[in-house]
Amino acid sequence: MTSLPAPGGKKLGLVIDLDTCVGCHACATNCKEWNTGGHMAPLTDTNPYGGHQDGVWFNRVHTYEVSDAGAATPESRTLHFPRSCLHCEQPACVTVCPTGASYKRAGDGIVLVDESKCIGCKLCSWACPYGAREYDVTEGVMKKCTLCIDRIYNENLEERDRVPACVATCPTGARHFGDLGDPQSDVSALVRARGGTDLLPELGYAPINKYLPPRSKSGGGSIPPAEAPAPKAGVWALIDRVLTR
Amino acid sequence: MNPAFSVIFFTTASGAGYGLLIVAGVLSILGELPPDTPFAVATMGIALAAVTAGLLASTFHLGHPERAWRALSQWRSSWLSREGVMAIATYIPALGFGGSWILPGLVPGPRGAWATAMIVCALTTVFTTAMIYRSLKPIPQWYNGWVVANYLLLGPMSGAVILSALVTTASGTNFVLAALVVSFICGAWARKSAYWRTMEQTGLPDAGSALGLPGQRVRSVEWPHTERNYLLKEMGFAIGRKHAEKLRRFSVVTAFIAPLALTVGAAFLTHSWAILATWIAAFSAVTGVVVERWLFFAEAQHSVTLYYKGSAD
Repeated sequence: MTSLPAPGGKKLGLVIDLDTCVGCHACATNCKEWNTGGHMAPLTDTNPYGGHQDGVWFNRVHTYEVSDAGAATPESRTLHFPRSCLHCEQPACVTVCPTGASYKRAGDGIVLVDESKCIGCKLCSWACPYGAREYDVTEGVMKKCTLCIDRIYNENLEERDRVPACVATCPTGARHFGDLGDPQSDVSALVRARGGTDLLPELGYAPINKYLPPRSKSGGGSIPPAEAPAPKAGVWALIDRVLTR
Repeated sequence: MNPAFSVIFFTTASGAGYGLLIVAGVLSILGELPPDTPFAVATMGIALAAVTAGLLASTFHLGHPERAWRALSQWRSSWLSREGVMAIATYIPALGFGGSWILPGLVPGPRGAWATAMIVCALTTVFTTAMIYRSLKPIPQWYNGWVVANYLLLGPMSGAVILSALVTTASGTNFVLAALVVSFICGAWARKSAYWRTMEQTGLPDAGSALGLPGQRVRSVEWPHTERNYLLKEMGFAIGRKHAEKLRRFSVVTAFIAPLALTVGAAFLTHSWAILATWIAAFSAVTGVVVERWLFFAEAQHSVTLYYKGSAD
């Protein structure tokens, strides 16, 4: 049923720290590695070793130069930005689906595709503002992030491994997984502490996943000189004074 | 948005087909429809062929056309599903109307009732088609109040121009129909021009907002991939905007100006010249609507392109 379930208490999702992400693409790589054998398998690649290679990925890492548009002399910074399904509370990708293949789970809020019902009309990918859904030309169905439902509930894994593959592999701890519907959870506390934001909130999709903005640079953002200034006291100061004379 | 051939063919062909049914139904209620059988067969044949070809074409781009029946199930939430249901439902009054027109006495009930049901169903189908696009928030060129009016005017306009050619061929100029053609063309022209003017001021949200950093200037330094992926092939189409101005002018001339002049002119011509003029008007209008529909897709921008383009310069 593509009508949305009544809002539940549990909202599983990710919190991504744009301050610590170093853009290594490990999350995207491990996502591909796990999910090509997981719930939505395979994540087909076409022409992988030739020109014009293409393929299905659930997670893509962009890199930007970001600067304050309002400042007279804008300080700029490099920003790495992993983009994946945000498991929205108002997922139009689900409600536009004509077949009932797309659905949002009432129990934990995860948005999934039942591939056996998907006709491959691609309308859900048009309805997603974030480009989270990618069409598999070989299988003729739409594919998307499952929040690793085959890991997070997997009793064959050790408890510490029951997190999405992207979270498990992140070498800088920039990705956090938890219940954003529970105000007491670690991820909710992190969002409060760091001012986590929604992507494109004006479109009204109410994403579950949150992004933590980069912290301001130390020293107010100004770049310190590479060479130390002349010392004011000590032997070097004395030599400096003698030679300056 | 990538202007896929199947979708453009589907929306223009089925729009013209449903438009033909709507205008034929209106003329029938007004008592202006010539009764002769070959004309009736041709009109209903063209209308149902256009509708059916359009519906079949819309299944060509599916990954699993054999599962297309499933698309009728989610009418509670999905405009695409509602369109499928309405498209099939419209066959019932259309066949009832056609039957009672071509072979009076074949179908029970008054023809006026069939005509009314057919007009309501066909209009609803065109409305649901428009709503598929109008409800997509990531695409500002579609998510606005102009889209439904454009579809509801352009479909009947193409249908009216085709019916005008058929009626003129069968029995000469019909002034009620000519007045309908002129009204639909003027209405569609006015709305489409207003839509295009509004679109000059319409664009995507701020790229900073797409990254959760409103107010920040964003320059894309590196994409996640080196080749064009599904998202860019499907939603990153820019050729339409490059040639938009020329194509809009071509569309205005072929869809509106030429059919308007030819329809008005045909009223003053001898029968054989009027036939020629109205058929040229019909082909011109259909060509213009195809170009208009191509632009409707090609000019539409999807918010996912913000992640690839960054802030506008």
